[in-house]
Amino acid sequence: MRIDVDHVARLARLGLTEAEKKLFADQLAAILDLAASLQKLDTETVPPTAHAIPMKNVLREDKASPCTDVEAIMANGPVIEDHMFKVPRIIEG
Amino acid sequence: MDYETVIGLEVHAQLLTASKMFCSCPNQFGDKPNTNICPVCTGQPGVLPVTNKKAVELAIKTALALNCTVEPSSVFARKHYFYPDLPKNLQISQYELPLATKGHLEIEVDGVKRKIGITRVHLEEDAGKLVHQGAARIMGADSSLVDYNRTGTPLMEIVSEPDLRSPREAAVYTETLANLLRYLAVTDAKMEEGSLRCDANISLRPKGEAKFGTKTEVKNINSFRAIEKALLAEEKRHEEVLSEGGKITQETRFFDDVTETTTGMRGKEYAHDYRYFPEPDLVPVEPPRTWVAEIKATIGELPWQRKARFVGLSVAGEAAQLLVNDKPLADFLDAAVKLGAKAPTVANWLIGDITAYCKENKKELAGLNFPPAELAELLTLIEKGTLSNKIAKEVLFTALQTGKPVKEIVAASGMTQISDEGELLKIAQEVVKSNPKQVEQYKGGKEAVMMFLVGQMMKATKGRANPEAATRLLKQALG
Repeated sequence: MRIDVDHVARLARLGLTEAEKKLFADQLAAILDLAASLQKLDTETVPPTAHAIPMKNVLREDKASPCTDVEAIMANGPVIEDHMFKVPRIIEG
Repeated sequence: MDYETVIGLEVHAQLLTASKMFCSCPNQFGDKPNTNICPVCTGQPGVLPVTNKKAVELAIKTALALNCTVEPSSVFARKHYFYPDLPKNLQISQYELPLATKGHLEIEVDGVKRKIGITRVHLEEDAGKLVHQGAARIMGADSSLVDYNRTGTPLMEIVSEPDLRSPREAAVYTETLANLLRYLAVTDAKMEEGSLRCDANISLRPKGEAKFGTKTEVKNINSFRAIEKALLAEEKRHEEVLSEGGKITQETRFFDDVTETTTGMRGKEYAHDYRYFPEPDLVPVEPPRTWVAEIKATIGELPWQRKARFVGLSVAGEAAQLLVNDKPLADFLDAAVKLGAKAPTVANWLIGDITAYCKENKKELAGLNFPPAELAELLTLIEKGTLSNKIAKEVLFTALQTGKPVKEIVAASGMTQISDEGELLKIAQEVVKSNPKQVEQYKGGKEAVMMFLVGQMMKATKGRANPEAATRLLKQALG
């Protein structure tokens, strides 16, 4: 099975070279083949599951605590103005 | 051709929790930009989100009040899209297995009751806030500044069935829903401040046709008033396109509050492809039945139940609805009635003079130093005949303005009604003496002149005479 690499790359906002497209198309095809082989398994008696971990209801009490990593996070931004992250034009128009 | 309008709404409500949806950053607004942020809500590598129990509780509470089924198992999902207010490039939401499904909300539009289906109630995280530079809004902006304080705060989405048939129904539905959410105390539901947001899907189809027409989604509706306006504008646009034989393109359109028109987003439109999949960092929520029952028990009186109770206390239906729509007013009525005041009288004062004063002065009743006990006191003074209705209004005005107790205002101003009939009789005799012409007319059979004479009594007493006593004593003075 082949995958539309251009479409997937655009959704992920990735700019790929022709060589990369070929490489990833092959790799993704191998993954899809593996999935296809799993599809062949008889899962009639297995209940559907939406999660890999057999756990549920891991909940946190609603308590706020001070934010201590603020400046370290801000340091990731290439341009900071008025303590906000500056981003280029969002919609071309 | 006659068309039928079909509308479905997606309402997003910010939940009143202390902390964010999946981390313990404070969930509060108005702080310096980017101060309530942490590695979890800004999507740093290696972090682990943990679901806020209170947010789940508030969403279950809402779902139950909307007659929904709380699903035995629900799952969070990643919704992928790229936007600067979304630091992870994905939003944690719910997709195939939402928290609750299949409910309804009853609305009343111009006296007609309608049951509107609720498709689902689910939980997700909010995005950040953008401040656009070089233009007032995103179109035409040169650049934007991003504040992630709101990123990751709990958001509840309530999706309606396409059961609404007019822009007016859509507005009433949203107001009814917002009021319910305020009663449940799950959100403060202020559209102007963004704590309640509404996206509308609208389509038109020829009357009698079962198949839906092509829909458009209207965004940027920022007030309750704007819902009806935005949908009227979009409804008109659909009708114009369709009646000229044109086709509606499925797209997202922005409502402009100033021009009252909708415009499609310029530039490339990608079909939505969110590539949802279960959030691997969060485990399913399977609310135990006992917990759901406990939450159900915390649901107090709902707006429609309260309205029925007010009507039972002899408050007129329309007045009861107005009060119920404004929870602080309804709470005020309940408190005043508890102190012995009569509900219909309290309702009249609340809807009439008190609301008028608040509107005129752009104030909220809660912000004035006028507790229910003060209105109860004022009403007692009227009932005892100490104050005339007219004077009572003046006292009320002073009380609202100064925040002084009613008793103190009345004592200081000498505004109580004159109860000494001897004194009143003397004034009546004065009035008779100084208006010989009118007295003659009255004696000649023109009974309407009595109104004038009573008016003169009121003038002489600065409104402190009881009108009934004044009439009686004037008749006595006329012999």
